[in-house]
Amino acid sequence: MPVPVGPEALVPRLRAICGDAGVLTDPAQRRTYESDGLTYHAELPGVVVLPTSTAQVAAVVRLCAEEGVPFVPRGAGTGLSAGALPRSDGVLVVTSRMRRILEVDVEARCAVVQPGVANLDVTRAAAPHGYYYAPDPSSQQVCSVGGNIAENSGGAHCLKYGFTVNHVLGLEIVTPAGDVVRLGGKVAEAPGYDLIGAFIGSEGTLGIATEITVRLLRAPERVRTLLAAFPTMDAGGRAVSAVIAAGVLPAAIEMMDALAIEAAEAAVACHYPKGAGAVLIVELDGPAADVDAQFAAVTALCREAGATELRTATDAAERARIWKGRKSAFAAVGRISPSYIVQDGVVPRTALPEVLRRIADLSAESGIRVANVFHAGDGNLHPLVLFDDAEPGAAERAAEVSGAILDLCVEHGGSITGEHGVGVDKACHMPDMFSPADLATMDLFRRAIDPAGIANPEKLLPTPRLCGEPPGVRTDVHPLVASGEAELF
Amino acid sequence: MGETTRAQGAVPPRGGAAEAAGRALAGAAPDGGAAVRPGTPADAVGGVRPAYVAAPADPAAAAAVLAVAAEHALTVVPRGNGTKIDWGGPPRDCDLVLETTSLTGIEHAVGDLVVRAGAGVPVADLQAALGSAGQRLAVDTVVPGSTVGGMVATGLSGPRRILHGPVRDLVIGMTVLRADGVAARSGGAVVKNVAGYDLGKLHTGAYGTLGVIVSVTFRLHPVPPALRLLRAAAPGPEALREWAAAVLHSPTAPSAVELDWPPEGDPELAVLLEGAAAGLDARGAAVAAVLPEPPHHADALPPGWGELPGAPGDTLLRVVAPPPEAVRAAAVLRDAGRARGILAAVRGSLGTGVLHAAVPADAPPEAVAAVVAAARAALAGAPGGAVTVPHAAPPVRAAGLDLWGEVPGAALMRAIKDRFDPGHRLSPGRLMEGI
Repeated sequence: MPVPVGPEALVPRLRAICGDAGVLTDPAQRRTYESDGLTYHAELPGVVVLPTSTAQVAAVVRLCAEEGVPFVPRGAGTGLSAGALPRSDGVLVVTSRMRRILEVDVEARCAVVQPGVANLDVTRAAAPHGYYYAPDPSSQQVCSVGGNIAENSGGAHCLKYGFTVNHVLGLEIVTPAGDVVRLGGKVAEAPGYDLIGAFIGSEGTLGIATEITVRLLRAPERVRTLLAAFPTMDAGGRAVSAVIAAGVLPAAIEMMDALAIEAAEAAVACHYPKGAGAVLIVELDGPAADVDAQFAAVTALCREAGATELRTATDAAERARIWKGRKSAFAAVGRISPSYIVQDGVVPRTALPEVLRRIADLSAESGIRVANVFHAGDGNLHPLVLFDDAEPGAAERAAEVSGAILDLCVEHGGSITGEHGVGVDKACHMPDMFSPADLATMDLFRRAIDPAGIANPEKLLPTPRLCGEPPGVRTDVHPLVASGEAELF
Repeated sequence: MGETTRAQGAVPPRGGAAEAAGRALAGAAPDGGAAVRPGTPADAVGGVRPAYVAAPADPAAAAAVLAVAAEHALTVVPRGNGTKIDWGGPPRDCDLVLETTSLTGIEHAVGDLVVRAGAGVPVADLQAALGSAGQRLAVDTVVPGSTVGGMVATGLSGPRRILHGPVRDLVIGMTVLRADGVAARSGGAVVKNVAGYDLGKLHTGAYGTLGVIVSVTFRLHPVPPALRLLRAAAPGPEALREWAAAVLHSPTAPSAVELDWPPEGDPELAVLLEGAAAGLDARGAAVAAVLPEPPHHADALPPGWGELPGAPGDTLLRVVAPPPEAVRAAAVLRDAGRARGILAAVRGSLGTGVLHAAVPADAPPEAVAAVVAAARAALAGAPGGAVTVPHAAPPVRAAGLDLWGEVPGAALMRAIKDRFDPGHRLSPGRLMEGI
């Protein structure tokens, strides 16, 4: 093991690799990168590098490995779990200058891109051929494909089409040792262990994706979007259950409550039906006859569940109008609250009504307002916990409510994160969902790929430094701990 | 089947150590929770006869058996119904076959479109249970009789993978027993979940080399109201490739675009459409529009749909390549076989580029090796292209055919194996060299 050096000691060699313009040492420039989308976690990176090629990424990482310096990968920095939180003792490797679309292969129905390419640009490149890239996180105009790989990003349409992991055929990665490894290609199901599947969603802890081959889907023949207003969240929830029970698999089912509607109205004047207790957006896509049949069924089910108003979009402009309120919802709550926490949790769909009632109770008991915007089809909640940071103690109370919502998700058999990732933010919640053995097994995998522990350390899995010692009496020492290979959680 | 000699003498092993291990296994789970018996020739795994076979009654008993196996440094091969037990490389050693067939149980959360199934549940039973609620696990029967654990451990997917992905895309959670017998879970019971590493991906297709799968949670899909299957014989592989590309480029959203190429004769294209009955005529017409002649159509799937080509016992080659190259590689493979008197049947997914070729079990090993080499050469330079041999007939296996070829990322895979199974006791050698 090398004796770790400070990242500043690497600067001359980093400049030799990335050029002067590719290495940022000035504190003001580094400050730009002190956090990702979750701004309350911030740390000034030791050094920032902006490589332009796989060879540069590999050389940077190899240098880090040789010197025992940790590195943190970062794409566009839109993440919401502080997964790209820099380290003052580490190198921040930013892929934003690797933004070329290398190929669109129509016959093999795939595109080959560099990690810094914005998600939406893949679809823009494929659209002239009649294809698109399915994962569509809300930040898709700016978030990078490389970041999507790290987080296994989803989006509104993953109910039907799945997540990033379902749409990647090949990866070129730089391992934490600085080796370049190509996995898969223009076809899925490579022989051996599914390293691509396990790498996606690993939050930068197993290396850096430097080239990505994504699957492209044929644009659907028909898309129809419905907006339904309901007097209450319960009524909206009944409609969701009825749609699923009818065997319809919409491309998306999104739901917003009255507070979220109010915020969206204030921000973007989306003109959702006035006085609605809930709105539901249902999007159907596929062959024309199927979409029409399903649309008729969904419309009837919404009416039965008590919808007070139904609006339909048949062209792109009308669809955009319906989606406008939903897509602006997170930012919009800024209009009705000085500060807010965006939570990301998942419950089984059938538990939604119960969990939403419990969230309302939590809100009433604490006096903290909670706006609900969520992917109803797959039970992925995004409660927006509103508070005024000028009010003493409000931030703490909001954090408590936000944490209690996560507890509710776990209690109902769900997950602490559906798409934002664990990062630093939820590392200490992992033991709520997984046993010590589960976590130790995950760590076996991490250590297999990153034995030196330099790839985005202290993210994803809990550590004593982050989370404190676990409660309870320890009866023995895990052999990996004894041998110094593993840390306790 | 030719039975090879175990590395450590005759089978089952005699002597104090072996007897002690046998006694410990028998007592591993209290109250007879794990029946243990000596292995017989019928229990051989790839020709290697185990000393013992244990059939734990539940996951706790299975964990206890594995813990004892760890204590006695026994090599272990998990087995479901054994339909693919001869697949992969023969294990370097096999002291214990761990039967998962008693690890049953189906928990179907109908409203959540999710099911958790024990590894030992026959896939057909699972599908029947789901079907009664109008739902299905969107994987076709590739090898009849498979259990959930066996299907997942071999990562076998059928024609519908073009729409729903291969089986790994449907796995949302998994509980696995590690080499030391400790149970570890990853994923969960909800479809959307990014908490922690998705270790289920690693176990899917791992042939039991990283752990013993005890239960799997899947996402489900509603059974579509109707289906239509369109079939057309192509005059040759190049025409078939063009037809498939045209169908895939049409907005008909097929559930499957398949190649079926019998040992002799022309390749056939099969297109499966599923969805609203009212839409099938229009979608079928759109498919027909890109074909030179009207296809045959049926409103039900033929017997054997989605199953592997050839006969049980055949040597099975798996061609994975970008779809256009996959067809070309299949043609090269058949030509190389024909030149050596071997007629290979080919079937598989043109939409995803995963094909299987069956070579008769009695084909001369050197000819099979030449066919594999020709197919590998045809795919040199195709991004992601690979030819593997999931099942080798005993003479082919004995001749030392390289079943896996060059596997990208093999060093990382070995590193994972070393961490998960430091003693290399789990299905050693069934998946690639050193794993």
